[in-house]
Amino acid sequence: MKSEEIKLIDSNGKRLDGRGPLDLRKIKIEAGVLHRADGSCYLEWGGNKILVAVYGPREAIPKHIQDQVKALVNARYNMASFSVEDRKRPGPDRRSREISKVISEALERVILTEQFPRTTIDVNIEVLDAEAGTRCAGLTAAGVALADAGIPMTDIPVACAAGKIDGQVVLDLGKEEDNYGDADLPVAIAPRTDEIILLQMDGHLTIEEFDKALDLAIKGCHIISKLQRKALLDRYQSLIEGGDIE
Amino acid sequence: MTIIPSIKRDYLCRLAEQGKRIDGRKFDEYRKIEIKPNIISKAEGSALVKIGNTQVLTGIKMDVGEPYPDSPETGVLTTGAELVPLASPDFEAGPPQEDAIELARVVDRGVRESEVIELEKLCIEPGEKVWIIFVDIHVLDYDGNLFDAASLASLAALFTTKVPAKRFDLGEDFPLPLREPPVSCTSVKFNNVVVADPCLDEEEIAEARLTVATDKNGDIRAMQKGLSGSFTKDEIKKVIKASINNGKEIRKILYKSIGK
Repeated sequence: MKSEEIKLIDSNGKRLDGRGPLDLRKIKIEAGVLHRADGSCYLEWGGNKILVAVYGPREAIPKHIQDQVKALVNARYNMASFSVEDRKRPGPDRRSREISKVISEALERVILTEQFPRTTIDVNIEVLDAEAGTRCAGLTAAGVALADAGIPMTDIPVACAAGKIDGQVVLDLGKEEDNYGDADLPVAIAPRTDEIILLQMDGHLTIEEFDKALDLAIKGCHIISKLQRKALLDRYQSLIEGGDIE
Repeated sequence: MTIIPSIKRDYLCRLAEQGKRIDGRKFDEYRKIEIKPNIISKAEGSALVKIGNTQVLTGIKMDVGEPYPDSPETGVLTTGAELVPLASPDFEAGPPQEDAIELARVVDRGVRESEVIELEKLCIEPGEKVWIIFVDIHVLDYDGNLFDAASLASLAALFTTKVPAKRFDLGEDFPLPLREPPVSCTSVKFNNVVVADPCLDEEEIAEARLTVATDKNGDIRAMQKGLSGSFTKDEIKKVIKASINNGKEIRKILYKSIGK
């Protein structure tokens, strides 16, 4: 119903928030923001505000969950109760459990888990303010936090979504676009090789549209990957220059 | 959890005998306090409070619901705290543990008993519909003194709260009606010294804890003693005096942050 009432792209090709079809929302990344965590990252992506803390590798407890040959990667995606329009009940629901699982699996692909047998690497993703695309934002922030924790990885994972609104393939869906659009395609990659480590889709796309959306999402990932690297560089360059090593 | 704290304990106690603390503060001195109000756009009100390395974020959500039968004409206040595993290597996921419940209860009492919120102005239809206020405390980085950080974050968040009347077709949005707030200050005792605003190392070896909430006039509005140790009468008087002084400073920081 609503999708026909609301025009998501105007006659000048501009989206509701003034972006062109190929534009990302504004992204800000900061590494090393928490004192207790082994690695951390704060990320703002449009109206999303995400905080990630990495703990580990540390002994996996209870013992029976330990893997004798590799580390467990345990991502936990959690939404603050005040992060959404209608208050969310605290604690995990089916949606956040699923997101935790697919993010854990994506991260496991890039982490050199075989270097830390019998341990767990905990990645806590807190969504403090939510506005479409939290899983991509969470995974992107997790990549930075893992690097900040000094966890060896083959690559810094990064995620971005593409989608279809008003019949057109666009990058990085905003809130209304997610609600009333035709399709959403979150993708995470290892940017050095373009391996796809997370992919989900809902909605309706033709084969051609899918190809286009996937290419677009990967392009978005590469732009964000540069921001991730810059955030890490900013953090550690200042430490070297300032001589302030905690 | 056993060997390192006992070494640290000796170290902290030896420092204390020389009148020093692990981070160089005086016994009654607070760490640096920072308040960032209104940072969550989806929340009706919010504030991030940093006390040293400790960080606590409180978000306020509001809804319309039924009042309690024994108070049909007043709004409902609900306070919850989550010690999310992000904040400390010792916090675990899952349902709220004792510590989270105590934290939420202490903050709730501070807000409720001091009558900061004019709950009687939050009635829509007596006995049928009132405003419900959810105060949700999210601990982000745990380096001691969660009580003060959580109380302060919750107060600051309440002061930024706009009642979302428009969303419920109940007229224009309006600021949450509030009175003068009391400010809580916590001290702990170990090895016969009493220190204000304990950092995590001090909290871990603390024998007794005392939280004192004071109002604008320097009167006492709430107290809570915790842990298994004891205080002498003189120590309690000293804690109260320090709490009044620190409370004044913290109140200034709070008012400045919310532009009051």
